[in-house]
This record gives sequence, C-alpha cells and structure tokens, in this order.
Amino acid sequence: MNSQSYSHLDGNAAAGELNTIFAIDITGAEAQCAQCGTTRHFAENRWYVKCPGIVARCSECRHILLRLVNTGERLLLDCRGMGYLAFGRTETEIRGDN
Amino acid sequence: MAGTTVLGRVKWQTAEVVDLHDETETARTLTLAVDDWPGHVSGQHVDVRLTASGGYTAVRSYSIASAPNLDGRIDITVERLATGEVSPYLTQEVVVGDEFELRGPIGGWFVWRSDQTEPIQLVAGGSGIVPLMSMIRSRELANSSVPFRLLYSVREPGAMIYQKELETLSIKRPPVLVDYAFTRAVPKGWPQPLGRVNRDLIARVTWPATLNATCYVCGPTSFVETVADMLIAAGHQPDRIKTERFGAAGGTK
Amino acid sequence: MAIISRGFSGRRGTADAKLPPGQYLTTDFPVLSAGPTPRISPDQWEFVITDGRSSLKRWNWKSFRELPSEPITVDLHCVTRWSKLSTSWEGVPLDVLLADLKTDSAYAMFHSYGDYTTNLPLKDVLNRQAWIAFKYDGADLSPEHGGPARHLVPHLYLWKSAKWVRGMTLMSQDKPGFWEGLGYHIYGDPWREQRYSDE
Repeated sequence: MNSQSYSHLDGNAAAGELNTIFAIDITGAEAQCAQCGTTRHFAENRWYVKCPGIVARCSECRHILLRLVNTGERLLLDCRGMGYLAFGRTETEIRGDN
Repeated sequence: MAGTTVLGRVKWQTAEVVDLHDETETARTLTLAVDDWPGHVSGQHVDVRLTASGGYTAVRSYSIASAPNLDGRIDITVERLATGEVSPYLTQEVVVGDEFELRGPIGGWFVWRSDQTEPIQLVAGGSGIVPLMSMIRSRELANSSVPFRLLYSVREPGAMIYQKELETLSIKRPPVLVDYAFTRAVPKGWPQPLGRVNRDLIARVTWPATLNATCYVCGPTSFVETVADMLIAAGHQPDRIKTERFGAAGGTK
Repeated sequence: MAIISRGFSGRRGTADAKLPPGQYLTTDFPVLSAGPTPRISPDQWEFVITDGRSSLKRWNWKSFRELPSEPITVDLHCVTRWSKLSTSWEGVPLDVLLADLKTDSAYAMFHSYGDYTTNLPLKDVLNRQAWIAFKYDGADLSPEHGGPARHLVPHLYLWKSAKWVRGMTLMSQDKPGFWEGLGYHIYGDPWREQRYSDE
C-alpha cells in the first residue's frame, strides 16, 4: 500500500464530526486561508482525520485552517487559521429532500 | 468551562438490518431501517459505529447507495477488505435483524440534487461507485433527462458492482452512458486493452469540457487525485470537479 | 447507551496483557498524523537544543549517528486507545544528548519538521526514559513512522513522542504544545489515564 504521498483526505471524511457542532454542513462553505489568502471550498482542502483530532490544512500553503478535538466531554475548535467561512444558500438549505 | 451548546446535533441512531444482497464476491449491500431517518440527498454518507462487548468501538463511513426516499430505509454497499476490521464483519457476519449505531446523513459538498440541470460526469474507482450510484438512482427516480455519463474503473469483471442495473440504464432512453476501465483483467472479447484510466480514455469517453458538466470523482485517494488532474488537463474548470477520497487503496477498513 | 454489535470483536488481541486503563491491544502499527509526511534526507537533518535565544548543542546526521546508541524494547500507548507491546527500536538516549548541558530549565518543547510540537518535563526524558530513535524493528525508521528519527518517551502517551523530531527548546515554565493547547492533558500519563485537560 503506497499511500505516503496521499495521507490527506477531503472534507467529506470530517463532515460527521463537524456536524456535531455545526447545524449546517460546512464542508461546502468557502474558506479563506488566513496565511496565504487562498479561498477554496472547505471540503477541497487537505484534511487529516487519523490523529488525536481533525486537522484541515490549506491545499495551497499547508497552513492549518482548523483543528477539532472531541474529548467526549467537550469539543474544542481552533479556527484561527481561517480568515472567514462563506456559506451560500445551498449549504443553509441542506435537507433530506430529493 | 464548556458552554451549554447542545452537542450531538446529528445524533447516533439505531439501524436494523432488514435485507442483505451480495453484489459481487467481496461486496454486499445492506438495507437498513432507521427509525427517525430524515431522508438524504444522493452522494451523502453515514457513519456506522460498532461496539464490541467490553466497550471497544470502531467507526467507519459508508456512502448511501440508494436514491433519496421517504421509507426510512437506506442501502449501503460495503466492499470487504481482507485486512479490514469492520468490512469483514459487515459483509460476512451480519444477519438480518442485527442492529448497530448509525449517524447521518452526512455531507453537503459531494451531492447531486435532481434540480441540477447541467450535464453530469461521474468517475468511479472501485467502491467509489457507491455514492455515484445513488446519484444515478436519484436521477432515475426523478424521471430526469439530465445527461449522465459514468466512467467506472475496476480491477476485473467480477468486481463490477451494480453491473446489470447499469446495463439496463445504459439502454434506456435517455441513457446513462457507461464506460469501463479494467486494470487487472478484461472481460472476454473486450475491445479495449487492459489499463488504468488515462488521458486518452478521458478524451474518448467523458463529456468534453465545453459542455460545462459538473464532474464527481470518487475512489481511493490516489485515483481521485490522478483523475482530477486529468480532467483539469482536458479543460474542465477545477471548481466544476467535486471529489470524494476514500483513503489509500486497500487501506484498513 | 451503545448497542453491542453481535459477534463483533474488532482487531483487538486478548485481554490478558496488562494494559493502561481504556487501552486495547493492536497487532498492526497505525499511522496517525496531523499533516503531510515530511521527507527529510540525512544531509538536511539536524537536531538542535536551544534555550529559546541561542542554540546550545547541534548535531547533523553524521555526528548524531556517531553517538552511542542502544537497542530498546518498549510498549507504546496511543491516546486514541491502541497499545502495541514489545516494539523494538534503536536510538540514542536523551541522557547522551543532554550530558554536560547545564540548565535551570525544568521543561522542554520538542519540535518536529512540519509544525508539530509537544511539551515535556525535562526529568521525564532523563534516566533512560527517552530516546531519539532511528531504527524500528531492525530497519531504518520509515518516514510514515517518523523517520529519519523520532523521539520516543514510552512511559507517556505516544503523542508526547514527536515524530520527525528536529530539536528541543528548554523552557523554565511548562507551555502546551500542539495537542496540549487544544484539550489534551499537559502531562499525559497513560497509567493514570491522563488523556484530556478536563480530567
């Protein structure tokens, strides 16, 4: 199994955990990197979910956009690395309709 | 001091196995009945949590294979990995009547809604076909005539999931155009050579970039990254390509 | 209230080994990382001890590999609940690296290539409790497991053992590193199950 170049996933892998805090699905929101200014859909950045928490890194400069830790008692969120998150109408209207 | 935010917004629910169907020698579809199922959009997934006596838990994500419906039932299709921890259990041990915990639907990015009107290009690597099949079934249920094309890369003919259903849909009007890439063994009499998806195949059997299709690529991480690069090289805009990476091929699941 | 999944046992081994509370035995070696795997070649590698202002000691790969090293067999306990017993490594004890270093500092922040950090009391890396390891299971340490060299402090949870270690900064006060600053325990003793800072 040669996965060393591809140890990251996309935001879909973290969506379940993120849903425990956010009422809406944020993986489709646009995130601006506070380091390099690149704006990209959150899901399309580089997500590391196999560690003691979830880490999202800017796909351009690898700066950390978000960290999430679930201790069972608390959820800790560090999003200092994002300039902003922008939600369109689609994200705010997620429902189970056809 | 933690705030008083209500955690567990998408909560763990009980799912009961109501049907099992072997798709291939290694892939099985489980039909699950979930009491408070709110419905889903094609492309979304669920998290499944198994608990052993003693408290050990394992959580895995599985794409929903079925079209959106109001029955409170969903299908997941699980591919068994020999070294996996959860997939051998779900594909070989589980029987009708078994229950486990489930959370979802999850994901708002890698979804297709039947009110989308643009042509759709689907590219699947192995078990990456599952969420794309939900999209195909959603289109079928909505009686939609949105142009859909699928390029499905598998190891060998025995690994093709949903083969008969895809064949039926490929000859209906309007069809879902289906093309395959076989990486280890081709079917008897197959006109194309063995080989992975490459630029040549992309050029021949996917929508040209001028159609402004939305592309959905799903499968192992390396497959998704390679195919996304090829689609961009063929002229598709990066923001028209949506991806879902399943992790390393043959990774422990 | 969890539902027990009939017939599911997972990848755990038998429960007869003495494990810290809440841990399960594993036979594979999971790879957990908060970022891309650094690719550091031996001619780029160095290990630096600083006091925050200036570098006090520095080794490159050649001088590091000339230091006395030893084989060790240790148990690993990850905060994500897997434990792997009797793992074999070869490494240089921190006692060797810190020999003839005079300092008042009681703590250290270990740094990795990439941006990972983790803090430790200095006394926890002395007296044959910590090594900079460069071989695992008889072979050169692979990049995905922290190679060319990683820190190993087996008496604490494994997040305290920085992979791709590049140096340590001596500190007079304890300061939280990467995970300690976001909910994880400042010390991390698996035998007292010190996983989180709300314990």
